[in-house]
Amino acid sequence: MTRFAIPVAVFVALVGLLYVGLGLDPREVPSPLIGKPAPHFELPQLHEATKTFSERDMVGNVWVLNVWASWCVSCREEHPVLLDLAASGAVPVYGLNYKDKREDGLAWLKGMGDPYKTSIFDFEGRVGIDYGVYGVPETYLIDKKGVIRYKRIGPLTPEIVKNTLLPLVKELERA
Amino acid sequence: MPRTPALLLAALLAAPLAAKEAAPAAADPVLEKRVMALAEELRCLVCQNQTLAESNAPLAEDLRNQVRERMREGKSDREVVDFLVERYGDFVLYRPPLKATTVLLWFGPLLLLAAGFAVLLRRVQRRRGAVESGVSEANHKRAAELLAGDER
Repeated sequence: MTRFAIPVAVFVALVGLLYVGLGLDPREVPSPLIGKPAPHFELPQLHEATKTFSERDMVGNVWVLNVWASWCVSCREEHPVLLDLAASGAVPVYGLNYKDKREDGLAWLKGMGDPYKTSIFDFEGRVGIDYGVYGVPETYLIDKKGVIRYKRIGPLTPEIVKNTLLPLVKELERA
Repeated sequence: MPRTPALLLAALLAAPLAAKEAAPAAADPVLEKRVMALAEELRCLVCQNQTLAESNAPLAEDLRNQVRERMREGKSDREVVDFLVERYGDFVLYRPPLKATTVLLWFGPLLLLAAGFAVLLRRVQRRRGAVESGVSEANHKRAAELLAGDER
């Protein structure tokens, strides 16, 4: 009996390891930016190309930066969640229109509703690279000092907003 | 008179500059070789089993351009890699750095190999022990006698 104890134990451990591994999403790469100051940008706004917006304009506020594009399929899925979040008034949501055409982005917001206080227009995707964007949509939560506290890769869901994002917003608001 | 060769020289120098604007990829084969060599070492985050060099994803193209631009500015390979790691984490490296969180990754296989050898060694020893104990005292004696007799 004891002869098989070790192989069986090894087998069970391996199965356990593989099972956990299957549940992990390899697309969710831990961002090195968490806990670091949000990279600086100054970009024209989507609605008014002559006006710019910078992360420095938001110092003193807890805010959400959501990376989106009209060509992004998961953004369509995420959009109602963002509209709800913006309507709740819990936290201001700003958009980063990533590698999009201006008229496409504007048409999208017109057709589906605009959850953003304002959207900035990153045609070349430079700011996207500074923020480590690789799979739109991505969402960043930035605190009053301009430090990135949370990053979501992929669409926000009502559960994530309720269980992760909003509690964190409350905590950061108090700080 | 001395002005004409200078103008000619300027025109000759300007020609490849104009070409560089038109086709940035092919303009400087040395730089391009360096870009591609480094891109081979970096992971494309969109199609994660491809390198930046082989991927056709738009992000991979953007990142190759960033690498090229930084190299043109005279940055070293190390600086270019640091630029990407700052943004995308160690995950962009196909050769992960050795640190506390990656010790198991680096030495896990060696550990398994050592464990395998340990098991093998124990088995072999046990088997040898079994063979030795299978020879009786009497047989040992007889064998010794036969061997001694052989020497005559």
